[in-house]
Amino acid sequence: MPVTHSSITSSVSDQDVIDRRPSAVSAGSGAQSVPVSVCDIEAQGVAKRFGDTPIFSDVSFRLARGETVALVGANGTGKSTLLRCLMGLIPVSEGDVVLLNQPVSKASVSELRGLRSQIGLVSQKHNLVPRLAVLTNVIQGLLGQQPGLRHWSHVWAPEASREAAKTALEKVGLSHLALRRADRLSGGQSQRVAIARALITQPKILIADEPCASLDPAAGEDVMELFFQLAREQGVTVVFTSHNVDHALRYGDRVLGLADGAMKLDATAASLSPSDLRGLYD
Amino acid sequence: MTDTVPHAQSGFARFERPSALAFLGYAAGIVIILWSFAGAGFSVDKVVTAPPRFADFLSRAFPPNLEPAVLERLGWKMLETLQIALAGAVLGVILSLPIALLAARGLIAGPWVNQVVRTILSFIRAVPDIAWALVFVVAVGLGPFAGMLAIMVDTIGFCGRFFADDMEGVDKGPSEALTATGARKLDVVACATVPAAMPAFVSTSLFALEKAVRSSTILGLVGAGGIGIELKVGFDLFDYPSAMTVILMIAVVVIGIEQLSGWARARIIGEQR
Repeated sequence: MPVTHSSITSSVSDQDVIDRRPSAVSAGSGAQSVPVSVCDIEAQGVAKRFGDTPIFSDVSFRLARGETVALVGANGTGKSTLLRCLMGLIPVSEGDVVLLNQPVSKASVSELRGLRSQIGLVSQKHNLVPRLAVLTNVIQGLLGQQPGLRHWSHVWAPEASREAAKTALEKVGLSHLALRRADRLSGGQSQRVAIARALITQPKILIADEPCASLDPAAGEDVMELFFQLAREQGVTVVFTSHNVDHALRYGDRVLGLADGAMKLDATAASLSPSDLRGLYD
Repeated sequence: MTDTVPHAQSGFARFERPSALAFLGYAAGIVIILWSFAGAGFSVDKVVTAPPRFADFLSRAFPPNLEPAVLERLGWKMLETLQIALAGAVLGVILSLPIALLAARGLIAGPWVNQVVRTILSFIRAVPDIAWALVFVVAVGLGPFAGMLAIMVDTIGFCGRFFADDMEGVDKGPSEALTATGARKLDVVACATVPAAMPAFVSTSLFALEKAVRSSTILGLVGAGGIGIELKVGFDLFDYPSAMTVILMIAVVVIGIEQLSGWARARIIGEQR
């Protein structure tokens, strides 16, 4: 029997979602003990419209620390928009987002900057500054935590920041390209540099919008493994969007699905089959 | 009969009949153009009689005055002209950057500040460089410094506006990525917007330098330094050979600067994509 969106939503209880967390967190070696009650991101009845065009409405969920969450849905369903709303990069039309226990709508500009500095963002389009060196691009990831001239360029950056950038680049296997200009990299290399820029801040939350879109399958697997490892070993909450059903089920503890302007799916990955997710694209 | 005449049978009109309002608009446009010709004193008679007089001028101007003493004097004046242009353009470009940051919408200043700064830049551009030179001659006295200030202000009007437009037009992705790190607006602009707009800045600055060189050659007409004064003196004293030498020197230098600027633009922007 085909599984409908509504049946998926209604068939999965909150308990299903929460039950999987402790086992997942303790799965990795050196895993931190993170209480499941810690909630890093909460969407409370979030709606977004652009002018008169509704994108989605009444989206609610709570994401626990250390959880890896796949956000899936067809093109144009508002996945990227939802991620930008979660970071306060664009305002929500209704509802609110609570980020690290602070309502985004009530946060002052400096508080919002403080929240963002604890989050790493990897965009579908890597969004590197094209004319600057890879090392500079990665060091600029620290601007939220350490604003000012010294992090404008790797040339005069503090040695500690240069070291942190080197470590982040080593994690994505690109330390040998540190001094190359960002616009001389391939798409896959650029995406990995963008990931290094997000990792240098040692974020509590990592938000990745189709991080594997420009990567070949092997590189995509490496990136997803890296995210998975961060969640398991460092308790980083990872939210990623993907059209790859296999990635969503394999690397997500939990899967959220957007369709028809609403959150149609919120279930543990273990409780879902690939055909369940494909239903979201019908 | 199978033979057809395609163009006669396509059924599509070749021309669209203008509306009455459009027709009136076209007619008004033609009347305004004719009126402008009348106001400008356009005379076919003068056009017909001008070539002999122009030929007479050329016969008196050629050969140009190439005496070493004259060439040396004009050479120094041309050098001063280039100094005025370069100093004024460099200062103007440098000062344009912070002004452009205030003029660019959605960067660091609010819409009111953007509008006020853009209006000031429009005013600066509306006043011709020769008028700025007159103003600065009054303010700082005769000489090249007045010319340099005039070039500087003129460059600010030009570059301030185009730098702002360049920054508004860059890809917003890198800016958003840095904003997402919690970076301050100034850091985002300095690290993402300005580097992304840099090729356009270079191109605009080189155009500003070309413009400055052209302008600086005539600022001497109002006593603001440079070779323009030699041109005026040449014509005032009917020393057409010397005036022709000045004209040729200006042409050579301006064309040379344009070539150099084009080469530099291709090298810098071409390499940096």
